[in-house]
Amino acid sequence: MSIKVSMTVNGKPVSATVEERTLLVTLIREELRLTGTHVGCDTAQCGACTVHMNGKAVKSCSMLAMQAEGAAIQTIEGVAAADGTLHPMQAAFKENHGLQCGFCTPGMVMNAIDLVKGRPDITETEIREGLEGNLCRCTGYHNIVKSIAAGAKAMAK
Amino acid sequence: MNAPLIGARIERKEDYRFLTGAGQYTDDVTLPNQSYAVFVRSPHAHATINKVDKSKALKAPGVIAVFDGEDLKVGGLPCGWLITDVNGQPMKEPVHPSLAQGKVRHVGDQVAVVIADTLDQAHDAAELVEVDYGVLPSVTSTAQARAKGAPQLHEVAPDNTCYVWAIGDKAVCDAAFAKAAHVTKLDLVNNRLIPNAIEPRAVNGLYSRSDDSYTLYVSSQNPHVERLLMTAFVLGLPEHKVRVVAPDVGGGFGSKIYLYAEDVVVTWASKLVNRPVKWTCERSESFVSDAHGRDHVTTVELAMDKDGRFLGMRVKTTANVGAYLSTFASCVPTILYATLLAGQYTTPVVHCEVTAVFTNTVPVDAYRGAGRPEATYVVERVVEQAAREMKLDPAEIRRRNFIKTFPYQTPVALMYDTGDYEATLSGAIQLADVAGFAARKKASEAKGKLRGLGYAAYIEACGIAPSNIAGALGARAGLFEAGEVRMHPTGSVTVFTGSHSHGQGHETTFAQVVADRLGMSIDNVDIVHGDTDKILFGMGTYGSRSIAVGGTAIVKALDKIIAKGKKIAAHLMEAAETDIEYDRGVFKVAGTDKQKTIGEVAFAAYVPHNYPLDKLEPGLNENAFYDPANFTFPAGTYVCEVEIDPDTGVTKIEQFTAVDDFGNIINPMIVEGQVHGGLTQGIGQALLEGCKYDPESGQLITGSFMDYTMPRADDVPSYQLETRVTACTHNPLGVKGCGEAGAIGAPAALMNAITDALQVYGINDLPMPASPQTVWKTIQNAKQKKAA
Repeated sequence: MSIKVSMTVNGKPVSATVEERTLLVTLIREELRLTGTHVGCDTAQCGACTVHMNGKAVKSCSMLAMQAEGAAIQTIEGVAAADGTLHPMQAAFKENHGLQCGFCTPGMVMNAIDLVKGRPDITETEIREGLEGNLCRCTGYHNIVKSIAAGAKAMAK
Repeated sequence: MNAPLIGARIERKEDYRFLTGAGQYTDDVTLPNQSYAVFVRSPHAHATINKVDKSKALKAPGVIAVFDGEDLKVGGLPCGWLITDVNGQPMKEPVHPSLAQGKVRHVGDQVAVVIADTLDQAHDAAELVEVDYGVLPSVTSTAQARAKGAPQLHEVAPDNTCYVWAIGDKAVCDAAFAKAAHVTKLDLVNNRLIPNAIEPRAVNGLYSRSDDSYTLYVSSQNPHVERLLMTAFVLGLPEHKVRVVAPDVGGGFGSKIYLYAEDVVVTWASKLVNRPVKWTCERSESFVSDAHGRDHVTTVELAMDKDGRFLGMRVKTTANVGAYLSTFASCVPTILYATLLAGQYTTPVVHCEVTAVFTNTVPVDAYRGAGRPEATYVVERVVEQAAREMKLDPAEIRRRNFIKTFPYQTPVALMYDTGDYEATLSGAIQLADVAGFAARKKASEAKGKLRGLGYAAYIEACGIAPSNIAGALGARAGLFEAGEVRMHPTGSVTVFTGSHSHGQGHETTFAQVVADRLGMSIDNVDIVHGDTDKILFGMGTYGSRSIAVGGTAIVKALDKIIAKGKKIAAHLMEAAETDIEYDRGVFKVAGTDKQKTIGEVAFAAYVPHNYPLDKLEPGLNENAFYDPANFTFPAGTYVCEVEIDPDTGVTKIEQFTAVDDFGNIINPMIVEGQVHGGLTQGIGQALLEGCKYDPESGQLITGSFMDYTMPRADDVPSYQLETRVTACTHNPLGVKGCGEAGAIGAPAALMNAITDALQVYGINDLPMPASPQTVWKTIQNAKQKKAA
């Protein structure tokens, strides 16, 4: 069964006709061709699909596209400035070698931006707990934690 | 440009695209007229295929084709390493079909493929394929598979045995044991792991009728190897008509080395349906189709004199290879394992016997460390246990046995070129503040907690490999590497490397090497990898070989560039070639201030007006193929400190210290990242991960991230790292490689620490993973035994 869904994505209004069972991540990747949001698992645990919905980090693999009807969605492609300047959290990941293969990275950045809002002094323990929903196999998390702590401070400036 | 590049913590050139969602991974590629493939897989561990009924699926909406093993009559998937058994006979090599032929041999074994216009349509149709199975009893552990009367997987392999292999002089070893003052014995299991790179495997195959060529996008660590194996051994295609592109790859860890059935099926099918065919693995599907790792059962004995000097080591290992031989499966529990059993020690004789067994499980192959984690686990667990039994400090027993002079010929084939094991041991002891451990232990005990400290002094062989040695040991491939350096007329450089980066940062580190030698900014150097159309050849990235082998190939190509540059510079400056000195981008006439930059030389090479055309070709483009003289031998010491809550069995890693010797280091920031990642995978093996099969039904119980415990950020600490340097003696960069060390040394360090903490209960044989339930139960049993 098909349904028409409409929302804004990275500030632009979009609409698409999809099957009712279509996941939000599939709409983003396949219909909108925004392939920066990734699929890494099928049990909503890896976090590679994390986007912002109305300002909060959500896993786009665990919701239907139609559950985002009317919402403001931001994906990793909408995070840097229009002229390409990196967001302070993105810059922090680059400066602190917070990524290796890059596959978990969009999800990490999207989660991190929401996680540190209003918490410039977020602690290592709080960051590690806040990352429970994001798996990384490459970095061992050490530099991701460093990056997020640095990003938190940079965002507060 | 003036700051030195080698050893600099330079931010990565590749990061921008990954941070902004502009990476291009295989599933991101959608081709015009794309079709989608879904595989039908066996739900049974062992069964005959009586009938495959495709009729309903073929009628489903959007379905283009349905194929099974009857349709796909091509070569079997090859194994790239021939192991010769103890009787001089070749290993058993059963056929490894891409789609099951008459029988399925593990849960997940591919039976059929459905190709449709959309992925949803392919999924829906796959559920309509009806397979009539004749279920057979199955065996998932090697013990079950070798038991009398066990069901046989392959006719060619009686007793489900692939081979029995051995290394070392048994008679000399037995004689050493006969003279021993003490023998320490341990039974150890190296638990089966699932690599789980976060990007699942994917392949998109496109056949072009107009020129009878194929293009394959695939999440691979080695595109040329993929192409060679598939065209030559499986599909019988002309190699030059197949282009393989491994674009951005989201982690490999070995699991993306192999030629997989899905790659073959997609390539083959793309011609039949005359549309591009894309298959992307789902995570729970990857659990039953990606090659697994480890799965050894071992008994080790260490013979010592009265002073704890090692006289000999005896090892017996049974290795699970799974239902079929994967591409490198045969060499992992033999060549890559037993040759490391001397460790960092002067043990004069080692004998190791390995039995490789087929079981109804997913094929097992190399996974980060590939044989060396297994070897280090054996050596470092038994050494630490020996220290306990001999009442020696664990650092002291190691010191008494360290190799101190190099090069050193071990009794298990390898010759270590250089190392300083005392430096990494004492460095780790200092950094870990071992001296303060006793006080920290008292503090833990005051809180009702147990505290333990464990060592692992690991060594590994990487930078594979000298092709003639590998060939003599059974390799069916060469293990050199290739590199091409192209200077453009305006002086910028493109480097084509047969190495592949799936997280290792080669676009940055290789650029550092090239820019350093050519005296230019790294912004002026582009590193290209992953496309057989662009790159001359490559054996790919695994075994921590890229900087040592791939990097050296590039250096040798640079040497040729500079040699040609000297000729051009000599001509331009009207000097003798022998008077030309070169340093970092500048050619000087010795003893004068006449000089030409490499940019001027490049321009002259492409606009050869003032140029020795009678003696020298125009252009400035050189390549080199480098076959290494030896393996490289990174080594180090890890110290792990844990606190265990006996009431919950929870182990907290209080600190993890690593002091590694990787030879010279190009980018310390990237090297640290490799160690962090490896340590976390090693900790995952020891504390959290474990692939489990149900012994009765052969079902994979740990079939998703719900049941297979991946390490998360709050499972591991921040790490303390340092390095020491003994430069590799046989490559120009003096590098050894670093990608696998963490995964190699961490499990032993962690289990030694936990064992140390549990000494109060007399527990010496805690298995991996040492989950809270396992630790808690073991403590309860020990308490009950004591009370009894």
